[in-house]
Amino acid sequence: MPSLGADMEQGTLVEWLKQPGDIIHRGDVLAVVETQKGAIEIEVFNDGVLRDCRASPGDRVPVGEVIAILDGDDVSGMSIDKPSVSAVPSQAPVPDKPLSPGPRVTPAARRLAQQIGLDVRNIAPDGSGVVGLRQVQASSTETSPPKVQPAGIDFKAMRAAIAAAMARSNREIPHYYVSSDIDVTVFMDWLAQENARRSVADRLLYAVPLFRILAGTLVDTPELNGHYDQGTFSPAQTVNAGIAIAMRGGGLVAPSIQDVAGKSVDELRISLTDLVGRVRSGRLRSSELSNATVTFSNLGERTADTLMPIIYPPQVAIIGCGQIVRRPWVKDGEVHVRQIMSVTVAGDHRVSDGRSAARFLSRFEKRLTKPEDL
Amino acid sequence: MNKPELSELVTRALYAVAPDLEGETIDPETPFRDQFEFDSMDFLNFIIELHQASGEEIAEADYPQLASLNDCVSYLKQKNV
Repeated sequence: MPSLGADMEQGTLVEWLKQPGDIIHRGDVLAVVETQKGAIEIEVFNDGVLRDCRASPGDRVPVGEVIAILDGDDVSGMSIDKPSVSAVPSQAPVPDKPLSPGPRVTPAARRLAQQIGLDVRNIAPDGSGVVGLRQVQASSTETSPPKVQPAGIDFKAMRAAIAAAMARSNREIPHYYVSSDIDVTVFMDWLAQENARRSVADRLLYAVPLFRILAGTLVDTPELNGHYDQGTFSPAQTVNAGIAIAMRGGGLVAPSIQDVAGKSVDELRISLTDLVGRVRSGRLRSSELSNATVTFSNLGERTADTLMPIIYPPQVAIIGCGQIVRRPWVKDGEVHVRQIMSVTVAGDHRVSDGRSAARFLSRFEKRLTKPEDL
Repeated sequence: MNKPELSELVTRALYAVAPDLEGETIDPETPFRDQFEFDSMDFLNFIIELHQASGEEIAEADYPQLASLNDCVSYLKQKNV
């Protein structure tokens, strides 16, 4: 079981993508492992034949324990030095269909079953042999939860990881909060015009230029961007923004995008789409889970007005954006209907003061009135 | 395309943007947003898939007409896809 992050002590095997007897090539994805931060693909670094799988789906395995034996001897035309397998987190593309026997369980159904404590193996599939959300829901009303610990994605572990990080945050970080209601009408009008001239595939969610402007403003407020570790603050050279993304069925991850301020709007659009896609398909890369220097949490459309977020240690700030609402607003001495967004900065008092966040918000507001500068 | 073909096209587009839902039955009347916790990113990606699969240039103003499976089928039908 490879270590997929400094705080990882164990991983739960979700599924084998290769079976004993299969010929394995360097770079193949051997298995999927659920960690506290989501599902990670395990990639093989040697050619050979998979001889034995020592762990079964659902097993919790400590880091360092052998999960598989790879035989490198009897493959003709291959020279292999070591008979053992070494596995590291994969950056390979996701295979379309996992090779798993039995009825197919949709990932969303697997997650729901895990949450309500049902074993997917006990759920009858539909006519086409698929266990979906409906089959899980139907099953949950007619059966009592089984005693068996169900296999699959471990939502309890994810919740435990969120709880551990947030409890540490509340215990160690003296938070302060500074908030502004910001008129984003000019920004949203610019976006509508921008999208009108773009083809479907290139259109922007407002989150994309919003994150880009937040990151650009953070460059001028370095005390909100970096890590606080062992009594020392180290400002970061780039703005690696953790983006809080809710997972369907529950849970939350905040994988990072590197150097957001250094990206064009379209580079950021592509990065964000890719990231959300991999959160949805449950395939993140280990580097994305550890190097954020600040976090953005954008509630989005049809949600709630204000968010008071908690800093993700060792970061020193998190910025929460509420939904955009139309409100009566005084502008040039008259009341107008404007689009308003509440933006909250949570900062770490060991590193900065409310004044920093206030300055940040004022600069951010100013930049939002000139979106064409992006 | 006829209605079943359009329905298939829309379903494939949905699975493409939400691979964790692949195989799920889609209620044709309920908006995706309410049925599957679709957020704005899911929805935009879905529109992009729909555009690529149908060749239809979908205006942003038309997005509200594409909330559910039946909505999408009617919309594409009306566009003669």
